[in-house]
Amino acid sequence: MMDNNLLLTGMSVAAEQKPRGLKRFFKLLVQQRALVLMSIPFVVWLFIFKYLPLWGWTIAFQDFKPAKSFWEQEWVGFKHFAFLFNDDRFLLVLRNTIVMSLINLVLGFTTAITLALLLNEVRHLLFKRVVQTVSYLPHFLSWVVAVGIIQNVLAPDGIVNELLMRLGLIDSEILFMGKGEWFWGIYGASIVWKDVGWNTIVYLAAMTMIDPAQYEAAEIDGAGRFKKMWHITLPGIKPVIVVLLIMQIGYLLESGFEAQYLMMNGMNMDYSENLDIFVLKYGINQFNYSLSVAASMFKTVVSFILLFAANNIAKRLGEARLY
Amino acid sequence: MTVLTIKRRKKQRIRMSPSDIVFEVVNYTLLILLMVVTLYPFLNTLAVSFNDATDSLRGGIYLWPRKWTLENYKFVFEEATIFNATMISALRTVIGTVLTVFCSAMVAYTISRPEYVLRKFVTIAFILTMYVNGGLIPTYLLIRDLGLIGSFWVYIWPGLIGVFNLIIIRSFIENLPDNILESAKIDGAGDFRTFFHIVLPLCTPVLATVALFTGVWQWNSWFDVFLYNSSYEHLSTLQYELQKILQHSNASNRTVDFTAAGAQGGIGQVTPYAIRATMTIVASVPIIMVYPFLQKYFVKGMMVGGVKE
Repeated sequence: MMDNNLLLTGMSVAAEQKPRGLKRFFKLLVQQRALVLMSIPFVVWLFIFKYLPLWGWTIAFQDFKPAKSFWEQEWVGFKHFAFLFNDDRFLLVLRNTIVMSLINLVLGFTTAITLALLLNEVRHLLFKRVVQTVSYLPHFLSWVVAVGIIQNVLAPDGIVNELLMRLGLIDSEILFMGKGEWFWGIYGASIVWKDVGWNTIVYLAAMTMIDPAQYEAAEIDGAGRFKKMWHITLPGIKPVIVVLLIMQIGYLLESGFEAQYLMMNGMNMDYSENLDIFVLKYGINQFNYSLSVAASMFKTVVSFILLFAANNIAKRLGEARLY
Repeated sequence: MTVLTIKRRKKQRIRMSPSDIVFEVVNYTLLILLMVVTLYPFLNTLAVSFNDATDSLRGGIYLWPRKWTLENYKFVFEEATIFNATMISALRTVIGTVLTVFCSAMVAYTISRPEYVLRKFVTIAFILTMYVNGGLIPTYLLIRDLGLIGSFWVYIWPGLIGVFNLIIIRSFIENLPDNILESAKIDGAGDFRTFFHIVLPLCTPVLATVALFTGVWQWNSWFDVFLYNSSYEHLSTLQYELQKILQHSNASNRTVDFTAAGAQGGIGQVTPYAIRATMTIVASVPIIMVYPFLQKYFVKGMMVGGVKE
């Protein structure tokens, strides 16, 4: 009996609390109307510009005709996805995307970490600042400007060909942008040129957190500059490297768009075309909306899974190592 | 204490071991090489932009113009399309940056308030967009249905608030001393007053960072012009005009440029090669003038963003 009574009162309390909670919620909402006014218009904006387009994914399952309304479209299931995975061009594009993404990953990390280590060893503060400022410059230039500069440098009468000729390494000019199989190398060099300085910021910040006592102890043990760099600085920034690396894996299908699109030409297309360009080509140039959406949906879904996994791993590692 | 030890260490450094000297020499050489590789292409473009256009075709311009001229710049600024495009670029940069900074700061303030009932909802709604997006075609169709094609506002609305900016501003507000916002509340200041009179002024460093990122992004954009407004010439931007010129002379050398210019006719003394160089300089100089002065701020912003993300 007692138990029953308790249970009943408990239930009635719970039943009462629900509307009370809702009431409290609305009361707070009215109380905090200033905050609501400051944020909800932007949630509406977010809904329109970022969530509403998700509705467009239905296009991937239709034979989409822009002139027809939603109800008149013909539904075709996974036809376009099946087509994609049997399409040699799509598989080639997928290969390009992943390869360039990996180049980005490996080159991007090693060069940025190396530069950060070198900068960290510079005692002359003014020199260090000048190098940093200069190295940030290309990051702020648009890809349009950057590609223009890269094309100039690599042109048949550009500085690279001229230097190679003068050094006697080649007999005739190389048409760099015309050699498909060289594209990945040019792409790698371009992204390093553009962002190596910028990417050092996080590592340099991490290096300032290393306890100076460690260096002093190593010095007493007779460690030289290189040894200290290898045994103290590098392990000191290891947690940051690991977290950034894992996060980057989440972006495996995001190899960038502008660099490839702007450097692409008829001669290097088989190596430069990536998923984003594929989506653009089918969608905007050939008006094959359904196929284009299917390709971009595939990309988003895979990226979502990768990013989610990467984020969780990074968080777990981050808690164990960073804090 | 630490200052003293550092000073002592510096003094000890006067006698360096041979291996240290080698290290030092190699290090400085590499860093100077990096600066040369970064700056040379840019300085070369600068020299070409100030050199007589037909003379540049002979080659051999490195860091200094051979035949000084301002003709290229005169041409670029007298050309109506390019001048108009520069104005549109400037306009979208100013309007876009002001609106983005203001709106981002406002939303960031609300999601930094622990007592806000919708805090979690708003935060998650924004964070989620980092992972999912409709993609090119659905977004294009939406913009078309909203009637934004052929409008200046297509440069502003779609990118109004970026999640990364939101995160760095929020972290900054959360790291402000608690009692400042607390005492404002005790004094009876509402959220609007707190935001305008206390949070905004205190956030200047992080807002400068966001303004820089947004301004650079707006100034450098060309893809939205290409996608939405390529048939509306009066809305073209400088970067898009430059991109069109680049696409024309893709993978070619200066001679091909020259014949293309001859075929177009009427260009006279100016060649596409020289225009390209000149426009490249016009398109980059505003940024080069600004970013070094904001270095202190954006380095901090990157650190917060990198750690907290």
